[in-house]
Amino acid sequence: MRAMKQLDPKPEVMARRSEIIAGLRRILPERAVIAQAVELKPYETDALTAYRQVPLAVVLPEDEAQVVDVLKFCAAGGVRVIPRGAGTSLCGGALPLADSVVVGLMRMNRILEINYADRYAVVQPGVTNIGITQAVADAGYFYAPDPSSQLACMIGGNVGMNSGGAHCLKYGVTANNLLGLRLVTVAGEVLEIGGAHCDAAGYDWLGLITGSEGQLGILTEVTVRILHAPEGARAMLAGFASNEVAGECVAAIIASGIIPVALEFMDKPAIHACEAFAHAGYPLDAQALLIIEVEGSQDEQADMLGRLREICERFAPVSMRVAQTEAESAAIWKGRKGAFGAVGRISPDYLCMDGVIPTSRLGEVLRRIEEMSAAYDLRVANIFHAGDGNLHPLIMYDANDPASFAKAERFGAEILTLCVEAGGCLTGEHGVGVEKRELMRVQFSESELTQMRAMKDVFDPQWLLNPAKVFPL
Amino acid sequence: MVVESGEGVSVVSARVDAALPGGVIVPRDEAELAGVVRDASAPMLVQGNGTKAGMLRPGRAAAVLSTAGMSGITLYSPSELVMRARAGTALAEIEAALAAHGQQMIAEPSHLFGEAQTIGGVVAANVSGPRRISGGAMRDHVLGLRAVNGSGEILNFGGRVLKNVTGLDLTKLLTGSFGTLAVITEVTFKVLPVAGAVGTIVVRVADAQAAVAVMSAGLGSPFSVSGAAYLPGSREVYLRVEDFAESVAYRCGRLAGQFAGAEILGSGESKALWLSIRDCEALPPGEAMWRVSVRPSAGPGVLRDVAFAGVTGFLDWGGGLVWLSGPATHEAHEAVCAAARTGGGVWWLMRGPEALRAVVEVMPPEAPALAALRRQVVAKFDPRGIFNPLKMWAA
Repeated sequence: MRAMKQLDPKPEVMARRSEIIAGLRRILPERAVIAQAVELKPYETDALTAYRQVPLAVVLPEDEAQVVDVLKFCAAGGVRVIPRGAGTSLCGGALPLADSVVVGLMRMNRILEINYADRYAVVQPGVTNIGITQAVADAGYFYAPDPSSQLACMIGGNVGMNSGGAHCLKYGVTANNLLGLRLVTVAGEVLEIGGAHCDAAGYDWLGLITGSEGQLGILTEVTVRILHAPEGARAMLAGFASNEVAGECVAAIIASGIIPVALEFMDKPAIHACEAFAHAGYPLDAQALLIIEVEGSQDEQADMLGRLREICERFAPVSMRVAQTEAESAAIWKGRKGAFGAVGRISPDYLCMDGVIPTSRLGEVLRRIEEMSAAYDLRVANIFHAGDGNLHPLIMYDANDPASFAKAERFGAEILTLCVEAGGCLTGEHGVGVEKRELMRVQFSESELTQMRAMKDVFDPQWLLNPAKVFPL
Repeated sequence: MVVESGEGVSVVSARVDAALPGGVIVPRDEAELAGVVRDASAPMLVQGNGTKAGMLRPGRAAAVLSTAGMSGITLYSPSELVMRARAGTALAEIEAALAAHGQQMIAEPSHLFGEAQTIGGVVAANVSGPRRISGGAMRDHVLGLRAVNGSGEILNFGGRVLKNVTGLDLTKLLTGSFGTLAVITEVTFKVLPVAGAVGTIVVRVADAQAAVAVMSAGLGSPFSVSGAAYLPGSREVYLRVEDFAESVAYRCGRLAGQFAGAEILGSGESKALWLSIRDCEALPPGEAMWRVSVRPSAGPGVLRDVAFAGVTGFLDWGGGLVWLSGPATHEAHEAVCAAARTGGGVWWLMRGPEALRAVVEVMPPEAPALAALRRQVVAKFDPRGIFNPLKMWAA
């Protein structure tokens, strides 16, 4: 485990370990309680693998009543609780504490209702993101937010982190695609938020809870909007001579009135890594690459791609290629969606940043990142949701060298600070977790943090739910 | 009347109103407003130009704190799809500035409340129009807010970028909170280009049930329908498509082909039609006005269930939004509440005499656990209870 400031385990909880496990076994089925060291091991980390901590126990409730019982039991004993979906958080959102009980929601994985006439689905939190789309695809529908981890990540975690994806330029992030929730508070109260209709009455609890990183309660049901898929979609690639020129092209596209369904940016190191992995025909001579996707009928696609080609041509592209078939579009996306894995092939260890900047500052920010990369002597590949300014620098380091990791963390913090200074924010879709906790003061004043902490106080006065995340210690 | 700010130096403009001994306090900037709040010793009605004062419950306070003196667009970056304006900026001014660059408010907020409404008021009331079903509500487009809490602290949540999950989303919590938690002083929001063309499919139907079937078919098509409304008076369903001209022509043709006797309206007629739907012009004048949100298939039941009380209306959002007007009686109000409950949805009393608004549930009451949390949340923002007391809930 890396050295990181962490909450001290409560001695009185650690001392009662076997008693707590016995108590959990009394309220849950035998198969729902994990307490043996070897079985706890898989829960010691999430997708931010640099940090590890074996929890006191893991429970895998199978229904809402069990979640209520677990939370009441833990609250009564002052036991900290870490909610967990698929464990794909890139910011340590599901990192356990030594004295915590991890509540894994993977067994609550049923789709409860699909309603096409009213265009919603009610699902349990352990349903995977892709699982929702798969369940409605035969009827021509889909669930819009599509994080890169969508094969594995669960809707409960998506709500907790307000996840985005490559297509949220057009369709919005998780918060824009929800209608209702059921949430169990740490006191064991079940709250029903929203429903199957738009616009709940009263305060926007749905908005407050979405992205609250499991600190306000544990989800047991999520009602999502489902949309009918367009007739088709097609992608094009445009390579440019510099990051700045590609950035100007992005601004020109948006200014033209076209909002593509996706507008993705890769810099040279990312292009090379992804091409080696996906063989998608990415231009290796380009300094920057845009992947642009449009939707509609064949004619609509052709019309829109024609307009986009005209705009790209104004910026002297070094290459431009429109996918001619579904398979070619799929290959283009395989490269982009496999980007994290692709970078993993050239460097076994990397940190994935998630800052957001105003898109007009793109060239300048990427130039500064390049300078930092040289100064820290660490390679970085940039992947960027260009339409909405969400930047994913992947900082490559060597996990066997503690100094290299420490340097990578400092580099990451410097990039995120730069994002805030450029008018952006620390995280666009991954969340704060433990990773960016101490940077919150860069973006928020003490009174702003106090106002946020006050909401946590209301929902969880003892700070038992996913503590030591989001807020600086 | 002169009101001194916290610093004791600047002068805040104020008007005296006979009904309000404290007058109407109109700070010129955020710092002055924060000073007024810190010095306040009694509750205040928080408003922009007060166009929605007749919505929900009547406020009870000695003075009005208005953001009308804090006006102006402070940032507009068309290529980044973002605008920022002080809370007192008139919606009309914002829409004109956007139109000059071929852009628009995504949620197309209704002008039902008149031309004086401010962007602060639109956000505080989370006002959204027909495009809500495809483009999202006002709350989906607010990227950041500056606000003054009940302790007079100036807070800045969210930001100016299109994606942001940093910390708790207090921007969404404040949006739609009717000035009961904090006074919004500046709003940053996402905008989008105006489509090159608009088309509307008009389908005549037998009743509301049939109308919702048409709207569901339209919204469940691949053709990106951005408006779906039904006017019982004309028994006509309207489906809107907005995009480049070629796309609009193609999609309108495909949609019209699905419904016998469907007509297609061009851009000019379509724009006028959707403005009238946005502003509820088809709603018969009544003493009271309600808005009911249910799942779309429950919309016709709401219209049916309120008819006996003399309440009539129309459907927007594919059937999920029911605009209603009728007599300002307890019977009519209870009929609306019951119909919304039966439909599994919610209601808002949007307009009505004070006598009615003061005594009925203007929105559905919360479950006890949520009400308890809400009271604590209010206390954390506004510990002295000085902002818009009783505006949303009686207790």
